[in-house]
Amino acid sequence: MTERLDGRQDSPAAEAAGEPPTGPADTPRKRTRLGPSPTVAIFFLLPAALLLGIWVIYPIVFSIFRSLFDSVGTGFVGLGNYATIFSDAGMLTTIRNNLIWVVVAPIIVTTLGLIFAVLTERIRWATAFKLIVFMPMAVSLMAAGVIFRLVYEENPDKGLANAILTTVHDTFSSSQGYPEARPREGDQSQVAAQDGGVVTKQPAQAGRPVLIPIVGVKPDVMPSNAQAAQAPAGDGLSGTVWFDFTPGGGGQSGAIDGTEKGLPGMTVEAVQNGQVAATATTAENGSFRFDGLAPGSYVVRLPQSNFEASYGGLTWLGPALITPAIIGAFVWVWAGFAMVLIAAGLAAIPRDALEAARIDGATEWQVFRKITVPLLSPVLLVVFVTMIINTLKVFDLVFIIAPSSVQPQANVVALEMWRVSFGGGGNQGLGSALAIFLLILVLPFMIMNIRRFRREDT
Amino acid sequence: MTTATATAPKGLEAGAPRRSLASKIVDRIGSGAVQVIMVLLGLFWLVPTLGLLVVSMRTNQVNSAEGWWTIFTKPAELTIQNYANLLGSGFTASFWNTVLITVPTTVLVIGIAAMAAYAFAWMDFPGRDTSFLIVVGLLIVPIQIALIPVASLYGGAGIFGSIPGVVLFHVAFGLPFAIFLLRNFFVGIPSSLLEAARMDGASEWKIFASVVFPLGKPAIASLGIFQFLWVWNDMLIALVFADTGNQPMTKYLQSQMRQFGSNVDILSSGAFMSLIIPLVLFFAFQRYFVQGMMSGSVK
Repeated sequence: MTERLDGRQDSPAAEAAGEPPTGPADTPRKRTRLGPSPTVAIFFLLPAALLLGIWVIYPIVFSIFRSLFDSVGTGFVGLGNYATIFSDAGMLTTIRNNLIWVVVAPIIVTTLGLIFAVLTERIRWATAFKLIVFMPMAVSLMAAGVIFRLVYEENPDKGLANAILTTVHDTFSSSQGYPEARPREGDQSQVAAQDGGVVTKQPAQAGRPVLIPIVGVKPDVMPSNAQAAQAPAGDGLSGTVWFDFTPGGGGQSGAIDGTEKGLPGMTVEAVQNGQVAATATTAENGSFRFDGLAPGSYVVRLPQSNFEASYGGLTWLGPALITPAIIGAFVWVWAGFAMVLIAAGLAAIPRDALEAARIDGATEWQVFRKITVPLLSPVLLVVFVTMIINTLKVFDLVFIIAPSSVQPQANVVALEMWRVSFGGGGNQGLGSALAIFLLILVLPFMIMNIRRFRREDT
Repeated sequence: MTTATATAPKGLEAGAPRRSLASKIVDRIGSGAVQVIMVLLGLFWLVPTLGLLVVSMRTNQVNSAEGWWTIFTKPAELTIQNYANLLGSGFTASFWNTVLITVPTTVLVIGIAAMAAYAFAWMDFPGRDTSFLIVVGLLIVPIQIALIPVASLYGGAGIFGSIPGVVLFHVAFGLPFAIFLLRNFFVGIPSSLLEAARMDGASEWKIFASVVFPLGKPAIASLGIFQFLWVWNDMLIALVFADTGNQPMTKYLQSQMRQFGSNVDILSSGAFMSLIIPLVLFFAFQRYFVQGMMSGSVK
C-alpha cells in the first residue's frame, strides 16, 4: 500500500466502505496451522498488557470510584460531582462551548476537506497545495496556538486577521475617521459644530466655495496621502475641508495658508430641508464638489461618522469571539487531514460512473451531488467522526490561544478537567467526574469503531 | 492498481465527446477562477506560519511597533538575535528533554507493539479476538481519564515529575494505535513465509525478529513517524507529569505565555524551533505519514 500526497493512492475508501482489505485472501484465523503454545503468546503480549492494564484500564476503574468522592478523596459524595458539572454556572458555559465545538467544527472541517479534495483535482500544482494545507498536522498545537495568537492580535497594525479586515473594510467604505477633530468656530467661521458633525451656519451658494476649517486632528490619524489644501475651481457647489493649523506656528485662522493640508476621505453632504440631496467625498487636497446638483440653497454638512474612530477590526480574543476564533485555528490544523482522506476516497471512485453521467447530460453539480458525494459518504463519515472525537478532546488550542482573562469564556471540558485537578483547582473528585464525563461522550464512537472493525475483519 | 487512478482523469477527458466552443470557454473561465481560489486558500494556510517565522526574526521593539508584513519593505530588520538568546535560556534544556522523552517512547512503542501485534496476527490463544477488540476500543480513550490515577501511582512509586514517568505514560497511550496498525499490516504477510520458518523449527522470537519485523518496515515507519510527532508535540502529559527540570519545549513555552506581549521573542523563536524537526520529518517521509493516517484514522 502506498498512499501519498501526490495522488498515487490505493483506496482507503474501499476499506472504509466495509469491503475486506485487498490483502492476501486467506486471513489467518480461518486456517489451522502450526502455531506456538499460548505460553509463547503470553510472552509476546505481556509488556503491552502490563502497560495497558496499569496505565489505561486500571485508571478507568479508579476514576469511576474517585469521581464519587470529594476533593480530598475521603468523603463519599455519590453523584455530587456530576451534579456540579450540570449546575455550576462556569461549568455550563464549558459544556455550552463543547456543544458549539462539536456542532460547528466537524462540519466545517469535513466540508472544507471535501471542497479542497474536489478542487485539487483541477489544478496542476495539487501536490504543492496538499503539502501546504496538510503541513499544520505536523506542527504542535502549542506552536499553532502561538501562530494564531499572533494572527488574532487586535491592533490592525500587528494582527493579520484585523489587518485584512480593516483593509477590506476601508476599500469598500471611503470614510476616513478623524476622531476628536472639530471645526474652528468663532464669528469669522462659516461653520459650527452640531450633533457631533459640522454644518455651515448659512446656506452655501454655488460658485462661492465653502471653507470648512478643522482643528484637533491627531498626527497619527492624518492620512499619509494628504496634500496641501486648495480651493476647488469651477462652478457648482464646492468647498474645501482642511486642517487649519500651520506646523511651527504662523498662518491665519480660517484661511487656507500655503502649507496647510487638506483632509482627504471626509464625507460631505448637501442638505436641503433636512434631506440629504447629494454626497461627496473630499479629495487628497481636501476639496469637494457636488456634481449635478439642482440649483437652490443647501446647507453643507460633515456628518458625525467623519469624527468617529476608523474601523479597527474585531476583538478576536475577547469573550464574545474567542470560541469561533479558536475553532478557526482548529480548522486550519485539521482541514489537511480531511482533504487527504477525502482525496484518496475520490481517487477510488470509478471514473466511468462519473463520465457516464456526464455523457447523459448531467451538470457538474448534479454529478457531484448525486454520484460523488454518495460514493464518498463512508470516507466523509470517518472524517466527521474523527473530528467529533478531536473536538471533544480539544485542549491545547484553547489553553494557548485564549488569554487567561478570557479562559472562563473559552473553557472546554478537557481544559476544565486539567484546571480543576492540576491547574490550581485542587479538586480531583470533580476532575475524575469530568474525565468520566469525557469518556462517556466518546463511548458511542468507541462502540462504533469496534462494530466497524468486526464487520470489516470477518 | 495504482497507475489506473493516476492517469484516469486525463485519459477520460481525451475520450469524451467533442464539446462546443462555448462550453470550452466556460470551462476555461471556471478553471481560472479555481486557480485563483486555490492560490488564495494556499496563502491562507501558508501565511500564518510565515508570519511566525518573520516575527521570530525581529526584535520585540520592532514587533510591538508594526506588523510582520512590513518586512517586505524593510528586510534589513531581520535578525537571528532571538534564536541566539534562546541558547542561553531554559529553552535549550527543554529541547533536550523533548528529545529524551520522544526517542525512547518511539522505540519502546514500536518494540512492544510489534511483539503484541505479531501475537494477535499469527498466534492462537484463548480470548485473542476479544482482547483485540478491547485494543480497538482503547484507541480513542481520552488521556484525561488516566491523569489523576497515574499521578497518584507515580507519587507512590517516586517517579512523579521524572522523564521515565512521562515516557511510560506516552508508551501506554501510544500502544492501542500501534498494535492496531501493525497487527493489520502483519496479517497481510503471506502465511507461507511464516509456515516455512516454523517447519524449519525456527523459534517464534526468531521468526518475529528476522521475518515479521523486517517485512513490516513500511508500517513500522508510518507508526514511528506518527508516534514521534505525537510525543514531540504533546503538551498535556508534560504539563501534568514533567516537573520544571524535566519539562519539554511545549511546557517551557506554555510557561512563557502569560506575558505574551513581552515574551513574543522567546515564544515565536521557540515555537519555530519546536516545529522545525516535525516539518523536516513530515516533508521527508510524507508518504509514510499519510499512509499511517489512512490506516489509523479512528484515533
